[in-house]
Amino acid sequence: MNTLTLAVELAHWQQTTIRAVVGLVAVLLPAGTLVYLFLFKMMSFMQSRLGPMEAGPYGSLQLLAEVGKFLQKEDIVPENADRIVFKTAPFVVLVSTFLLVLVIPGGPDLMFIDVDTGIFLALAVSSISVIGILMAGWASASKYSLLGALRATGQLIAYELPLVLAVMGVVIQAGTLNMQGIVMAQAEGEIFGFGGIGSPFIITQFLGFAIFLIAVQAELTQPPFDMPIAESELVTGYLTEYSGMRFLMFFIGEFATAGIFSALAATLFLGGWYVPGLDPTDNLFNVIGPMVLLGKIILVAFLIFWFRFTYPRFREDQLQTLAWKVLIPLSLANIIATGVLKVVF
Amino acid sequence: MTDTQQIAYIAAQAADARVNVELETEGMTLNIGPQHPATHGTLRIIVRLDGERVVAAEPVMGYMHRGYEKLAEVRTYPQVTTLVNRIDWLGSFANEVPFILAAERLMEVEAPPRARWIRTALFELSRIANVILFLGDMAVQLGAVTPVFFAFRDREFVLNQIEAVTGGRFHPNFDRIGGLKDDLPKGWIEETRGVLARIRTFCDEMEDLVAGNEIFEARTRNIGVVPADIGLAYGLSGANIRASGVDWDLRRDSDMGLAHRELDWKVWTHPDGDSFARYWVRLQEVREACTIVEQCLDGIPSGPVMAKVPRIIKVPAGEAYVETENPLGVMGYYIVSKGELVPYRVKIRSASFNNVSITPWLLEGVYVPDVISILASLYFILGDIDR
Repeated sequence: MNTLTLAVELAHWQQTTIRAVVGLVAVLLPAGTLVYLFLFKMMSFMQSRLGPMEAGPYGSLQLLAEVGKFLQKEDIVPENADRIVFKTAPFVVLVSTFLLVLVIPGGPDLMFIDVDTGIFLALAVSSISVIGILMAGWASASKYSLLGALRATGQLIAYELPLVLAVMGVVIQAGTLNMQGIVMAQAEGEIFGFGGIGSPFIITQFLGFAIFLIAVQAELTQPPFDMPIAESELVTGYLTEYSGMRFLMFFIGEFATAGIFSALAATLFLGGWYVPGLDPTDNLFNVIGPMVLLGKIILVAFLIFWFRFTYPRFREDQLQTLAWKVLIPLSLANIIATGVLKVVF
Repeated sequence: MTDTQQIAYIAAQAADARVNVELETEGMTLNIGPQHPATHGTLRIIVRLDGERVVAAEPVMGYMHRGYEKLAEVRTYPQVTTLVNRIDWLGSFANEVPFILAAERLMEVEAPPRARWIRTALFELSRIANVILFLGDMAVQLGAVTPVFFAFRDREFVLNQIEAVTGGRFHPNFDRIGGLKDDLPKGWIEETRGVLARIRTFCDEMEDLVAGNEIFEARTRNIGVVPADIGLAYGLSGANIRASGVDWDLRRDSDMGLAHRELDWKVWTHPDGDSFARYWVRLQEVREACTIVEQCLDGIPSGPVMAKVPRIIKVPAGEAYVETENPLGVMGYYIVSKGELVPYRVKIRSASFNNVSITPWLLEGVYVPDVISILASLYFILGDIDR
């Protein structure tokens, strides 16, 4: 499973190229889909407007226009900024996004790397983005940016914990940290003897799913947890001084991460690339798996963006209270309950 | 609290922050504005921060000063309405009314009953157009982007109605000394009823989406509490003071010269005085304004809309001060006339100027996010602050 299973043998450089291209597609395709589908269209319909309509049918080419616009803009670096740090920060944020996609399986054999500690790796690398954000905020030499970056750091660290703890329930139930193993456990599992739809963990781990989504929302710094951006207070927080290409990279990072966290949630709680009724080892899943996964990603992302467009934001201290006093105790209780039930049944 | 006491208090707070020995941190001065998304205009607030806590805040006004008081001195009375339209640009018809009423008082003419009732209807319509934008905007300041689009969507219908009568969406310039420029267009009354029904639906929507939202409540309850005596001392007016439990509304409590006292409506107050109370009171006031307009539509008397006034208006020498309960609070015009074509002096008392002056007292010790929510809940229009 460690290599791409193809009918022809490929040289190493060819494999590497394919991996790189597929990796780019795997990051950018969900990101683009989410931006168009949710940010442009769903948000518009929720707010009783049409959204982009002119570029292509139903404005579907608007995304290209936006990217083109950002590419044309001047790349401004503030005079007092720490130039090197300022310029590298967007890349650091993107790195964590690209590392995250590595462990998500798109089919029985479709995986970039198949490590035994897949979910652990994913949650670990997701923290790298904090460094990028702190770098951006500090190097901008702007007070708004600094406040935004500090808020982001506090928030991301606080919500890392419920995120990890929410996943623990799944890991206990599946008995493995391996992402492929978690999908298989859901595909082959059964709920109290009924195996017709497998055992998607959203049913048994509903609390975990809810906590995971809330924590993801906070990790993505989206409303109701968007204090680091908080455009009415901090202009746009750590993004304030960025323009053009570098701003675009943060933007892509935000939505690609939204897509990938949705993919994580889909894999952990909705059965990943698996659809009930078929044999999970069937080669068919190598073809339809990615599409199934994309469908589930959109389902989860719909929830995320629905919250995003509806709720006002918390205050910083309320956010911390929610994390430490509500989410973490709840997820600990969830772990205990899952552990006990796992032993009993 | 007097100014001296307050300065001493701020100094003591600053000293406390400094004495926090081992972890002594340097404060930071943050300029919120003049260009800042939250000030929707050019208000500048200098806040001294300790971490995210505000140690002292000072509003700096005047970036949008347009000198209307001075400009009014070189314009004839009918021309002044063009200027004052632009003070509170969201409810502009309401700005004209107190000026015209003051001029009418000096000239000792009275608008015919029909004009008075139509004035009342337009006055309240501009209140609706103004305040529903606040209902959405407050949510935007707290990070929820959707409600403001609903507000813009439904405000459009109100503006259409105002435009149908006056010909101007934002700057009607319709009020005349002695009455109104024109009568209502045909079919307007029925159309307006439909619009009011829509606005009521909008209010229900906002009650659900914003006021009933747990996060919104968590962000606004017990935040920015203005006790009634402090509010009165700073000269707050309008919904801001009614949200502190002061039952004071000029529409009911003084004879403004409009038809309000002949109608059946209610003044809403809230005992809490916090940001939520200010939002809630305004929400109720929009509903109440709908009731007022509906009663106006039912009861508009027939007759002319213009009294007999000379073609060239010369206001007799004298002084008059008229204040009305405008969307943002109490707005008053003090006119001194020397019997010429132009006023000798016009002093404008606008509500937002006083409403914003409480910020140094109110913002002290709150967190940066609350600075924004408190400012938003005080609801000022920059044109109304700086004139």
